[in-house]
Amino acid sequence: MAALLEVSDLTIHFQTDDGLVRAVDGISFVLERGRTLGIVGESGSGKSVTSMGIMGLHQGTKARITGHIRLDGEDLVTASPARVRELRGSKMAMIFQDPLSSLHPYYTVGAQIIEAYRVHNKVSKKVARQHAIDLLGRVGIPQPQVRVDDFAHQFSGGMRQRAMIAMALSCDPELLIADEPTTALDVTVQAQILDLISDLQSEFGSAVIIITHDLGVVAELSDDILVMYAGRVAEYGAAADIFGRPDHPYTWGLLASMPRLDQDRTTRLVPIPGTPPSLIRVPPGCPFHPRCRYTELVSGNRCQTEVPPLREVVTPGHAAACHLTAEQRVRQWADLSAGKLPDDAGVPQAEAAGEPEAREPV
Amino acid sequence: MIYFIIRRLIMTVFLLLLVSMITFAIFFLVPRLAGQTAYQLAAQYVGRNPIPSEIKAVEIKLGLNAPLYLQYGRYVKGIVVGIHYNNGTDVSYCPFPCFGYSFRNDQPVWPQLISDAPVTLSIAVGAAVLWLLGGVSIGVLSALRRGSFFDRLSMGIALAGVSLPVFFTGLIALELFSYKWSIFPNVHYVGITSNPLLWARNLVLPWITLAFLYAALYARLTRAGMLETMGEDYIRTARAKGLAERKVVIKHGLRAALTPIVTIFGLDLGLLLGGAILTETTYSFPGLGQFTILAIQNQDLPEIMGVVMIASFFIVIANMVVDILYAVVDPRVRF
Repeated sequence: MAALLEVSDLTIHFQTDDGLVRAVDGISFVLERGRTLGIVGESGSGKSVTSMGIMGLHQGTKARITGHIRLDGEDLVTASPARVRELRGSKMAMIFQDPLSSLHPYYTVGAQIIEAYRVHNKVSKKVARQHAIDLLGRVGIPQPQVRVDDFAHQFSGGMRQRAMIAMALSCDPELLIADEPTTALDVTVQAQILDLISDLQSEFGSAVIIITHDLGVVAELSDDILVMYAGRVAEYGAAADIFGRPDHPYTWGLLASMPRLDQDRTTRLVPIPGTPPSLIRVPPGCPFHPRCRYTELVSGNRCQTEVPPLREVVTPGHAAACHLTAEQRVRQWADLSAGKLPDDAGVPQAEAAGEPEAREPV
Repeated sequence: MIYFIIRRLIMTVFLLLLVSMITFAIFFLVPRLAGQTAYQLAAQYVGRNPIPSEIKAVEIKLGLNAPLYLQYGRYVKGIVVGIHYNNGTDVSYCPFPCFGYSFRNDQPVWPQLISDAPVTLSIAVGAAVLWLLGGVSIGVLSALRRGSFFDRLSMGIALAGVSLPVFFTGLIALELFSYKWSIFPNVHYVGITSNPLLWARNLVLPWITLAFLYAALYARLTRAGMLETMGEDYIRTARAKGLAERKVVIKHGLRAALTPIVTIFGLDLGLLLGGAILTETTYSFPGLGQFTILAIQNQDLPEIMGVVMIASFFIVIANMVVDILYAVVDPRVRF
């Protein structure tokens, strides 16, 4: 069976007064039915732009989209806006970051779910209402037959996100995109929402894309992980591989900067120096090189001049865009895991922080 | 909600009482403080070259000699239940609501107000429908085509509309459409009951003139509101549902942008019902606005007081309606 979602060589550029913003610059991935893909990256790495691009929500903006987004074999980039609108909400649905501002303040939660259902299903209001009540019950809202008539502001944060999920699931979508679904929520509620998403996924059999900057979230849910940096794929592979044998210095940075329960508390967290680059002036060569601690290990300034291709180096199905050799990666990750930095000095750190191109405002 | 309405109604009564006190004080207390006697005040009610006995009779009839609080009590009583005037020889009854007698023609004020009100109502309501429809739709289209030729053109016209006074646009409209091209010849007010067709035809120019000013204002407001709401997250949610763009704009975008529009619409309409002074004067329509102008020119105290009370009544009521509507329009507002 063909993959449900196949994104190949997708670019999404925005022409602005300050220059061309390369928000997404040639990313590819594949998502099978029933699987979960986690897209990880810092703010401004192009995660949300990618998901909005899949949903066709860049319509009417200045976005220039090239490449292919194939949903069940159908290319959404070249499809007519009317066709994409038909698929939106029915075959693919999306949950957003801030559930309060994502729900309309003037309509009841029920009315909004009913609306979502009735766009794609010719049913009476009564049937749709019952469906909305069932959905609210399914996502764990107590007394759904009462709460269906509440407004968003009468819901708690977690309930709002549950309602958003109910709305997204109203038409039984095959693809569910969750854009930072837990960012605006309490930690305790976060776990509930994530559990709910994975429960519903196994129940409905949909494919899920979870977009987050929180590695903990993807670790829990994802089968595959795509690490994005500056609009490109830094590393892509099975979750176990990404967490067990990460191949890209950026991923190492993300992992090393995260506190872990299974490590000694005296182990120091290692931050990634510098800030993400402007997407108008992406550094030449490897976009991560101004912040990378390992450029010294690559001969001939290739990091600064040559864009590293996304290659499977160590294990099949696990690709990273880095010039380091397989042996170097294994050794450096082992050192970093033990709390050891290359050269044991902060030299590239200082350089990176002062790098002017990294400070260009977007 | 029902408690809120009751509370607001009570407040409204107090507010109107306060307004009546202030107007009463201006017209009866201030002259007294300035040294006018009851006799001099009474002299205003009789014609030129009156004989002193006539003035004395009026003074007694209106009770101008009585202490001010009694006079005020009589004034309020007249408005609320009507009042008997007794000048010793005969008793005259001024029925509810009594705003007294005009200096000018010795007629009760209220019937005159009532006969002029439909003119103002015709102008205000017709223009309100026009400016609301026109202003809001132009504002929405401008917001959706931000930066386009249409946007720039309509916002330019809107700027002109806000800046140009009614007596200018009104006269230009009269000159062009009434005198030069005779599309609407001989513009004068005709009652809706006597000839609805003529009523409407003659009102077209006043409507357009008045609506132009307000539509311009509303177009700018709507545009700003729409630009803001169309960037909200819930608009993205509505699109993500797969709704048609038209539905996204109207049901989700405009619905939210409409709240402030409803507010000022109520207030504007309330204000206008008290007299569309400039429009009525420009077109010589005998409405409350013209009535006000004439009353002021003639220094006709009872008429001025009557008009002030009517106008403040409309404004206070409009305020209340707006507050109640707020809860209907925005479910987050609870009282």
